[in-house]
Amino acid sequence: MQPETTNRKLMWWGVNAIVLLYAFVPVLWIVSLSLKDDATLNDGNYIPTSPSNDSYTAIFNNPDFLRALMNSIGICIIATLIAIAFGTMAAYAIARLDFPGKRTIVAMALLVSMFPQIALVTPLFKIETAIGLFDTWPGLIIPYIAFALPLAIYTLSAFFREIPWDLEKAAKMDGATPYQAFRRVITPLAMPGIFTTAILVFISCWNDFLFALSLTSTSNARTVPAAMSYFTGATTFEKPTGPIAAAAVVITIPIVIFVLVFQRRIVAGLTSGAVKG
Amino acid sequence: MTATPTAAAAEAAEDRMDDGTTEIARQRHTDAKRAERKLGLMLVGPAVFIMLAVAAYPIIYAFWLSLNKADLRQPDANEFIWFDNYVTVLSSPIWWTAFGVTMLITIVGATLELILGMLLAIVMHRTIVGRGLVRTSALVPYAIVTVVAAFSWRFAWTQGLGWLAPENSAPLTEFWPSIGIIILAEVWKTVPFMALLLMAGLALVPEDLLKAASMDGANAWKRFWMVTVPLIKPAILVALLFRTLDAFRVFDNIFILTSGSNQTSSVSMVAYSNLIRGLNLGIGSAMSVLIFITTGIIAFAFIKFFGAAAPGSDAEGKR
Repeated sequence: MQPETTNRKLMWWGVNAIVLLYAFVPVLWIVSLSLKDDATLNDGNYIPTSPSNDSYTAIFNNPDFLRALMNSIGICIIATLIAIAFGTMAAYAIARLDFPGKRTIVAMALLVSMFPQIALVTPLFKIETAIGLFDTWPGLIIPYIAFALPLAIYTLSAFFREIPWDLEKAAKMDGATPYQAFRRVITPLAMPGIFTTAILVFISCWNDFLFALSLTSTSNARTVPAAMSYFTGATTFEKPTGPIAAAAVVITIPIVIFVLVFQRRIVAGLTSGAVKG
Repeated sequence: MTATPTAAAAEAAEDRMDDGTTEIARQRHTDAKRAERKLGLMLVGPAVFIMLAVAAYPIIYAFWLSLNKADLRQPDANEFIWFDNYVTVLSSPIWWTAFGVTMLITIVGATLELILGMLLAIVMHRTIVGRGLVRTSALVPYAIVTVVAAFSWRFAWTQGLGWLAPENSAPLTEFWPSIGIIILAEVWKTVPFMALLLMAGLALVPEDLLKAASMDGANAWKRFWMVTVPLIKPAILVALLFRTLDAFRVFDNIFILTSGSNQTSSVSMVAYSNLIRGLNLGIGSAMSVLIFITTGIIAFAFIKFFGAAAPGSDAEGKR
């Protein structure tokens, strides 16, 4: 029995190693590129032979990149907070209350989540130019909220259905006011779900490229993914590899930290909305 | 009997409501119902308003624009031209090439994602060692910004720079190699998402059932096809529906990898070029509406012919 278990364990470690390679090879490659210096940049090696931080110095001295980083962080945090606030309200109503039009709202959220964003680029461009939102923070925040809401509503209402709401009644029986019951009993139970949803919403905003590219025209509101595609090298056709790689690593780090720390919650969040419905 | 809003009356009403017989209880019940409805509508209001403002109104506006000339280079020549833009788009080889490319990427991509996603889901579900490690690292491709991953693949295949680039050819300047790399980039990024959805399905398959099948002499392959697949069919269909719709919108990867050169544009890329580079809002909007309609047809086909239950469709009213 013993050697068989060992063999099986070894086999699984082998399989795990393949998954790790799959996940990390492209990521480490861009890290490696960001660490190469000018002399070895074009050597085609996977591992940098003489690591340097030239590329990082370059992007952190580039005002356009710093501005884009600020835009990315600010826009995504504001969009996430608002989407979570509205999403929590809507999800609570959908999970707990009885009111007309509930079915329609759920269907509408589903439609929005399936929506091809490109179909909105032209009209949003036109509308935002007309009302002065083009190339501003709100001009990106509003579409981000709209496309984050379906995700937030689905995930949160799945979480809310799992909360034992009778506890609230029990707390009231024990003499708690409705506010206290909500604040002390329900809120702590709801927080993990809300927090998980916030991470998922933030990741989806952080990832956006199409809106960032087409609803901005200057560094005023351009986020990092869009700004990266505008980095210019010696000629228009030549992309500055080192700085792009460094910028890529900078915007990847916060997300990878989220994932490493909150893996369990992210998995729960991604699957709850879709499977349990 | 009239309901007085004192605490005592409310208490009394609460008591009697259990019987559900007295007038006061019924009165209070209707009031509560009405208050609940009002609260419900108030709570969903902001979310509904934003979704309508950003998605519903603009798509109607896009439809209107698509019936106009709406060329920003000739703003004075704007006129209502009925379906001329659609005729222009639908008789243009550029559109049909892009449509073919998009379909190809969607079908090949979604198939590969389903196969690899299933393998990864089984690994994450079954592994007896390092389960947390595997699940965490599998999330990395999902979490990485698509543009970042696209740049990584682009540099990897760039001649004289990348570790994957062949000696004396530039794959990203030829049609088939470019399509292959675009599909690779798409698949790499989305297999983990697919796998997570499938894994949630796998967790619902009762262990006993698999054991029973095993006792009856079914091998692993048979158990997978005869027990697991039928049971997780809903999860497969939902995952596949989401990925198909997502793949049909492919934009980021193509923009970074080839910028649509050598006819590798997707429909989203072509529509984008007409807006930003061509400033032709009429043609761009006609394409947007066509993409919107195609997406609708795909979703409808999935739900109608494969019986994919859209998530949430059976969830309303569950309390």
